[in-house]
Amino acid sequence: MTPPPVLSVRNLVVEIPSRAGISRPVNNISYDIAPGEILGVVGESGAGKSMAGNAIIGLLDRPAHIASGEVWLNGSRIDNLPLEDLRRIRGRQIGMVFQDPLTSLNPLLRIGDQLTETIREHLPVTAAQARERAVAALEEVGIPAAAERLDSYPHEFSGGMRQRVVIALALCAEPSFVIADEPTTALDVSVQAQIIALLRRLCRDRGTAVMLVTHDMGVIAEAADRVAVMYAGRLAELGPVRSVINAPRHPYADGLMGAMPSLSIGQRRLRQIPGAMPRPSKIPPGCAFHPRCPRAADPCRVDPPPTILDDPQGRAACWFPLEHSA
Amino acid sequence: MLAFLIRRLIQSVVVLLVVGAVSFGMFRFIGDPVNNMLGQERTQADIAELRDRLGLDRSVLVQYAVFLRNAAQGDFGVSYRQGRPVADIIAERAPATLELAAVSGVMALVFGIGLGVITAIKRNSWASSAIMTISLVGVSLPTFLIGILLIYVFSVQLEWLPSFGRGETVLVGGWSTGFLTQSGLVALILPAITLGLYQMTLIMRIVRSEMLEVLRQDYIRFARARGLRERSINFRHALKNTLVPVITVTGLQMGSIIAFSIITETVFQWPGMGLLFINAVQFVDIPVMAAYLMLISVLFVSINLVVDLLYFAIDPRLRIERAKA
Ligand SMILES: Nc1ncnc2c1ncn2[C@@H]1O[C@H](COP(=O)(O)OP(=O)(O)OP(=O)(O)O)[C@@H](O)[C@H]1O
Ligand SMILES: [Mg+2]
Repeated sequence: MTPPPVLSVRNLVVEIPSRAGISRPVNNISYDIAPGEILGVVGESGAGKSMAGNAIIGLLDRPAHIASGEVWLNGSRIDNLPLEDLRRIRGRQIGMVFQDPLTSLNPLLRIGDQLTETIREHLPVTAAQARERAVAALEEVGIPAAAERLDSYPHEFSGGMRQRVVIALALCAEPSFVIADEPTTALDVSVQAQIIALLRRLCRDRGTAVMLVTHDMGVIAEAADRVAVMYAGRLAELGPVRSVINAPRHPYADGLMGAMPSLSIGQRRLRQIPGAMPRPSKIPPGCAFHPRCPRAADPCRVDPPPTILDDPQGRAACWFPLEHSA
Repeated sequence: MLAFLIRRLIQSVVVLLVVGAVSFGMFRFIGDPVNNMLGQERTQADIAELRDRLGLDRSVLVQYAVFLRNAAQGDFGVSYRQGRPVADIIAERAPATLELAAVSGVMALVFGIGLGVITAIKRNSWASSAIMTISLVGVSLPTFLIGILLIYVFSVQLEWLPSFGRGETVLVGGWSTGFLTQSGLVALILPAITLGLYQMTLIMRIVRSEMLEVLRQDYIRFARARGLRERSINFRHALKNTLVPVITVTGLQMGSIIAFSIITETVFQWPGMGLLFINAVQFVDIPVMAAYLMLISVLFVSINLVVDLLYFAIDPRLRIERAKA
């Protein structure tokens, strides 16, 4: 028996009403993440990756809101909770790692204070115990001389070290699910791999489920178990990393893999997907990808594509999926 | 940090020297002090004697140096009008102005910051919009008009509050205070509101816009994502980050509260330094004017220094960067 998922997203729709009409930056996405599993989420800029993460943790900026669908965490539904209950879940059950470590730490507060405040908010510990936990959290993310660094301010750390502090903050109350939204994009190439390895190790050790948003297929190939490919607010394809990389079913996933330099080393030149992704307010009818799709035919222009589920772990939404001989 | 402070100190001294030169210039160019002091019945001998006593026959630079030395010791000469040392007159008047300014300043700070934070946090509520609209009145109405309006409503129509003077005062170690009597406290209300209203609205609007800016920052989102309480996010994480720009403006405004108490003191016949200055202007009482000018500039310069020190206290990044610089 597989263990029950930590996170279940069911038919999630995020809407932004505006004078021009309602746009849906996240449109009907569903997936599960198991304990200790890392789900990579990829897609072009504007595909709705961050929106989906913000919707799950309940941090959508108005007027964006969850219009329909459900989010379940550890067996309870969280998308319809009162604000105060949701606040208690944030940090305690869901951790979030932001993209830019230079801006995600409060510049005027010592990192020890930021840590102990978070710990004491969620766990019934004394100030001294919170401090011990804070030291342990910093040690775990590999900050040398952790006890002394508690009194340091964010600007006294390098970018990579700050991202470690951010991870320590996100994990200090031991959440069972972590959203990491492009956690390495703002970092030096040399430290990116370390941060990903750190995140992966911590989550594997604790059985934390992770939603890892990234543009870097190399990161996905390295760290993720499964990968979700988003396009224009929808899930184009979802499956185990190996099979999506080596045998993508959705033409967009196929194009994306071809456009990723880190995966195409052997290839003579990168393929490019012609055209650009439509904005959420201008999504064409039928399959959102059809204007750019080399395989598009009549049904694609009219009706939303069916979901094909021929791999128990994966699925793709396409009228004419690519076939791969086994 | 030390180097920075020394630099600021030098700048302050330069500012004071320039203001000193202006004050000193008044003596030489506005009227003839000898005429001013001797009046109609004077002899040539009197004039020569006085010129000698005042050192007016020495070179300008020497006179300026003497003026500065005396000023530094609190000696601004003798008032033309009252014939008493200016320092004594100012010492008598200072408590009235300082108490009024202190009450206005505290009021402006407390309400300005409080309302600024509230209108930023609840920026879509009708109460915030109402406060913002009213505050526009606060910044656009001239002070004397606000004073007159308040007097009209609360003194003339409602007869709740006195319209002029300090009420009864008590001498505490040479300092005449209005804080200890009921009439003294009541008399403070209208002038304090008049004097502090502009500063309060200004501080409120700055706190609000800074706060809105800070609330958009990533570290606030991250604090939310960690499930911290709104109260802590607003008052611990956000407010502190708005303080650096707010302090700059607030510091200068505290200076202007004292400097511009002239208008309020005139409207309410408040027996402070501002009223003293206005009367001095009418009588061309130059020693008093010069002393007031110097005092106000010392005040601004010291507030600036305090503001700089507060920066260091609040923002740890400055301590390092400035230390390196
Ligand atoms: N406040 C808003 N009002 C209207 N549209 C918005 C707003 N915020 C985001 N969007 C739209 O929502 C869509 C999804 O944005 P999102 O930030 O989730 O993209 P993303 O996949 O995370 O992109 P990136 O890789 O650049 O981070 C984008 O097309 C964006 O234009
Ligand atoms: Mg994003």
